[in-house]
Amino acid sequence: MEHRSLLEWRESLRRREISARELVEYYLERIRRLDPKIKAYLTVCEEEARRQAQEADRRLSAGEDLPLLGVPLAIKDNICTRGVRTTCASRILENFVPPYDATVIERLKAAGAILLGKTNLDEFAMGSSTENSAFFPTRNPWDTERVPGGSSGGSAAAVAADLCAGALGSDTGGSIRQPASFCGVVGFKPTYGRVSRYGLVAFASSLDQIGPLTRTVADTALLLQVIGGPDERDTTSWPEPQPDYLAELEKPLSPLRLGIPKEAFGEGLSSEVRRVLEEALREAEKLGHEIREVSLPHLEYALPAYYIIAPAEASSNLARYDGVKYGFRAQGRDLIDMYKKTRSRGFGAEVKRRIMLGTYALSAGYYEAFYRKASQVRTLIIRDFEEAFRQADLILMPASPTPAFRLGEKTDDPLKMYLSDIYTIPVNMAGLPGLSLPVGFTENRLPVNLQIIGPQLADALVLAFGRALEAALALDLKPPLE
Amino acid sequence: MEFEAVIGLEVHTQLLTESKIFCGCSARFGAEPNHHACPVCTGMPGSLPVLNRRVVDFALRLALAVGARINPVCVFARKHYFYPDLPKNYQISQYEAPLAEGGAIEIEVDGKRKKIGLVRIHMEEDAGKLVHDEARPVSYVDFNRTGVPLLEIVSQPDIRSPEEAVAYLKKLRTIVRYLGICDGNMEEGSLRCDANVSVRPKGSEEFGVKVELKNMNSFRHVERALRYEIKRQIGLLLEGKPVVQETRLFDEATGTTHSMRGKEEAHDYRYFPDPDLVPVRIDEAWIERVRAELPELPDVKRERFMREYGLPAYDAEILTASRPLAEFFEECVKLFPQPKKVSNWLMTEVLRELNREGKEIDETGLKPEHVAELLKLVDEGVISITAAKKIFPEVYATGADPRKLVEERGLRQESDEAALEAVCREVLSENPAEVEKYKAGKKGVIGFFVGQVMRKTRGKANPKLVNQILTRLLEE
Repeated sequence: MEHRSLLEWRESLRRREISARELVEYYLERIRRLDPKIKAYLTVCEEEARRQAQEADRRLSAGEDLPLLGVPLAIKDNICTRGVRTTCASRILENFVPPYDATVIERLKAAGAILLGKTNLDEFAMGSSTENSAFFPTRNPWDTERVPGGSSGGSAAAVAADLCAGALGSDTGGSIRQPASFCGVVGFKPTYGRVSRYGLVAFASSLDQIGPLTRTVADTALLLQVIGGPDERDTTSWPEPQPDYLAELEKPLSPLRLGIPKEAFGEGLSSEVRRVLEEALREAEKLGHEIREVSLPHLEYALPAYYIIAPAEASSNLARYDGVKYGFRAQGRDLIDMYKKTRSRGFGAEVKRRIMLGTYALSAGYYEAFYRKASQVRTLIIRDFEEAFRQADLILMPASPTPAFRLGEKTDDPLKMYLSDIYTIPVNMAGLPGLSLPVGFTENRLPVNLQIIGPQLADALVLAFGRALEAALALDLKPPLE
Repeated sequence: MEFEAVIGLEVHTQLLTESKIFCGCSARFGAEPNHHACPVCTGMPGSLPVLNRRVVDFALRLALAVGARINPVCVFARKHYFYPDLPKNYQISQYEAPLAEGGAIEIEVDGKRKKIGLVRIHMEEDAGKLVHDEARPVSYVDFNRTGVPLLEIVSQPDIRSPEEAVAYLKKLRTIVRYLGICDGNMEEGSLRCDANVSVRPKGSEEFGVKVELKNMNSFRHVERALRYEIKRQIGLLLEGKPVVQETRLFDEATGTTHSMRGKEEAHDYRYFPDPDLVPVRIDEAWIERVRAELPELPDVKRERFMREYGLPAYDAEILTASRPLAEFFEECVKLFPQPKKVSNWLMTEVLRELNREGKEIDETGLKPEHVAELLKLVDEGVISITAAKKIFPEVYATGADPRKLVEERGLRQESDEAALEAVCREVLSENPAEVEKYKAGKKGVIGFFVGQVMRKTRGKANPKLVNQILTRLLEE
């Protein structure tokens, strides 16, 4: 019964072929057995999950029908869960227990989902390998010598290793899509504002978006249906209601124009990844879709602009961690000394690097040259996409320039690490929906994902095409763990 | 050499909205510490601000009242500095696109009217309060005030004296009170003022080096601080020493200012647009809806009082300085249509009581009916003006009906001509020397006789009637 999809589990639960309690025990047993190798979880909510399962079984017996009733999920540990510590994989929030649920958690609970545990990440979601976790790195279920990607590496690895039925991650510059690619799972960053950010611990507010990591596109559609939609607590959330994503997946797909940006298939892309992606494009053509070249002329400026805007927002968002109100506090001689020691010891190297970068970029005399210029570049990137979407219905790009790399391979070179997100960052900059879909393997049997990008609020179309390609490829995505 | 001061004021007014600017917590003053606090206003991880649109309504009222240009799109920005009373370590404020720019406030000093231009009006959130326990020693943070809405009103450097500064502040306070958006209480901090001051040789067009003054929590402090600071700066210049750009604190105990931080220690606030809040779009419909809610403003009311009631400028200015007082006046005039008499009574008897208690008229039990009744009693000759003044404090304090009070106290004045004539004859016969003086041409002694009659009747005689009778008797 391993590696069943969320929708399959849901059907089994509904038909009472399995109880929620049995399903929770199934996952708790796998976590006990496999997670010491993978280290996907920071917190496992054993007792609470069992209690919730009992409640779900009671409701299932009573004939209640909720979209996720009895389904155990893993949540990235930068999403606030009431009564369950939410650390952001940082010393500074090691013992922070939120007194409230994020909007997405409220919605999952209202839909009957069970919170199985909180997953590892790069500290405050800053990183591309989950090696920046203050606690421990997570390993890739396809090769435990390799990283699972990041920052949602814990969630991606938990889904890949079947340590949960599905998971939530967050994506600021590729943090769902890149680990999905490294771990061979489906990862989706919805249109910016489609999912409420209330309760997501902010990294870069104008780029952050919560999204699902699952084993199938349909599972992603189901999770998005539950967590997405307008939220009055987040003024950046879209007021438009959501379509019925699962119903949209069932509709026949008319032939699409698929845009391939020439800038995204040039230098920097590993030949193995290129080979897998090209095969996937041929498969798409076989489905009756048209492949055409498009151009995103400012693509190369996305990464440098991102590394101004994201750290600038981060330097502001992370100012609140000062030892005064919650979390870690170091003792100091006076207030300033306490601030300095708390933040010096509480934050890891990468977080401090980005706080410094961002503080500098916003400083008097540098703002114009850095932050404002980067914002202008961002506008150019948005226009590039708008132009490209006149030529194409969807845009296809790599999800990552390489397959999963080895632990420690890039930790000494932040710039090399930053390049991992070269194809995902532009999508955050433009606020577009991006699906990371498994499309094949390297010769060493490391998964490779394709990124499918749609216009704003075209989430349903992106998922529908992803689903069609997924069905055509019919990959076996079970890692060789046992 | 003669110098002149150049002053610009930055005023913060706390708005009287029910809830805070970015969350649903109550914005009311006076609760137990941290009882008006939630994840949003305490800056918990993951919390997000949502704009209270009522704050924009209130801000628009002021913008319209002072004729400022309202920006069709205004943007919230983050202003960064570390301090424990600021939970996010940034304040949500406005920077590049404030709510409104321009406009002016008209003041009057020494009979001269002058317009003080405004630079901008913007919305922002208040910080919390630190409570220090020196004995332990430990400091606590009270977040009740965190997120209470503020308007910052920045004036042009158009102010030239401490008197003008106070007149500007008082006028601004009158306006925000008229608009019902702020209670204007400086002592409690719902209206706060910082000043930028420089001096320059009179006639010069260039600005001198400016100093920022803080910690002035009353009109008197503002005046004293500015007076001291102007003298200090002129003193430096006369000695050939430079004025240093810095922030100085006013010390009310000594009436002086001292340096708090220099230019080098000034914060770099690192403003940038707050990505958690979408830009606020203010269309004509929104502006018109607010405009329709606007009350008549003090300057317009003052003109109308002069025109409609024939009041002198002085009376109109005082009566319209407070909206409740102006409304009280108009209610009185409806009941007793002699505006100048009503005005005189309000400006003397009523304001004396209000100033003594430091209250607005609508915070007392006094009713327009009471004042009108009292004036009617005097006008009808039922009581003397002296008697009216005597019983007014009781009417004010207890809200008693003046007519009843007059009856109870037997204050009805004697208007029985025969009875009064008897008393007058008595007084004349008792004072033959004064009668002689009158007859010799010193008509002024009649006042002495009136006084004597009033004494004998214990103030109850109708003085007008007594005067007539005495004149008749003396001229016989």
